[in-house]
Amino acid sequence: MRWRAVVAVELKPGVLDPQGEAVREALRRMGHDHVSDVRVGKRIQLLLEAAEEGEARARVRDICESLLVNPVLERYAFDIEPEGER
Amino acid sequence: MRLGVVIFPGSNCDRDALAAAEIAGYEAVPLWHGESAVEGVDAIILPGGFSYGDALRAGALAATAPVMAGVRRFAARGGAVLGICNGFQILCEAGLLPGALTRNRDLAFHCHDVALTVVTARTPWTRALAPGERLVLPVAHGEGRYVVPPEELDRLEAQDQIVFRYEDNFNGSCGAVAGVCNRAGNVVGMMPHPERRVEAVLGGEAGLGVFRSLRLAAAGVTRP
Repeated sequence: MRWRAVVAVELKPGVLDPQGEAVREALRRMGHDHVSDVRVGKRIQLLLEAAEEGEARARVRDICESLLVNPVLERYAFDIEPEGER
Repeated sequence: MRLGVVIFPGSNCDRDALAAAEIAGYEAVPLWHGESAVEGVDAIILPGGFSYGDALRAGALAATAPVMAGVRRFAARGGAVLGICNGFQILCEAGLLPGALTRNRDLAFHCHDVALTVVTARTPWTRALAPGERLVLPVAHGEGRYVVPPEELDRLEAQDQIVFRYEDNFNGSCGAVAGVCNRAGNVVGMMPHPERRVEAVLGGEAGLGVFRSLRLAAAGVTRP
C-alpha cells in the first residue's frame, strides 16, 4: 500500500543558523521586534510503497539517515499516514 | 604518475584541476561520475563546482554517485584523494572525511584570496609544504563553514588531522579549519582552490605545492 511521509529537518540546537538570523533581522526591521529567534528548516514529502506502517516507518528512517539528513548538522522527525486518507 | 579528476554533473573546476595536474608534471585523466570502476590512476581529485545544483545539501547527491564506490575502494587501499571546495563537501557527505560544511556565517558567497597556514605536512597533498608555512589561495564558496562538535575538533587536533587553517576565519569555521584529512592522512579536503594558482598568469604558483607534494609522497619523502 502507499504511504505519505512528511519529514521535518532542522538544524541541531547549537548549530549557528545564519539564514534564520537574517530572517529575524528582517522581521525586526518590519516592526516584529517581539521575535527573538528564527530557525529555518526543511520539509520533505515522500510517497512510498510498504506493506504496513512499521515497514513504511523503517524505510523512511533509513532514507533520512542515509541521505535526507546530515547528522553532523541536522536532526529530523516525520509523520506518516496512508495515502488518500484526507 | 597519473591523476584522475572526477567530473560530476555541475562540476566546474574539473578542467582547471586537469590543467594544474599537467602543469605539475603529471598525466591527467577525467573520470566520469557514472562509472564505478576507478582504475589506472595514482591519485584522485574531486573538483570544485555545484554538483547536482547543490540540491538537498552541497555534495549530498554526488556522495551517492556510482563513482564514489570506486573512490571509497581507492581510499581504503590508501590511495591519495583530494577534494577541493565542492569536492571537500562531497567527501564529508560521503563520510570519507569528518565533519560537515554549511552556509558561511555571514551568508555571503566569498570569492577572494585568503591566507592559510599549513598545519601538517604528513599528507600526500602537503608533503612539499612546511608546517607553519603561509599560503595565499583563492576561495569561492557560499557553504564553506566547517562544522564539527567541539570534542571531535579536539580529537582531530590530537590526531594531526587539521591540514590548513584560515588566518582570518571569514566564514566562521570551527577551529578556523580550511582543510582536514582522514585518520590515515591519505584523504584530504580543502575549501581554497590550489588549482587556480599554479602559474604566473593566474597570479602566482602558491597552489603548485599541493600538486607537487604527490610526487614527494610517492617517492617516500617524509616530513615532520
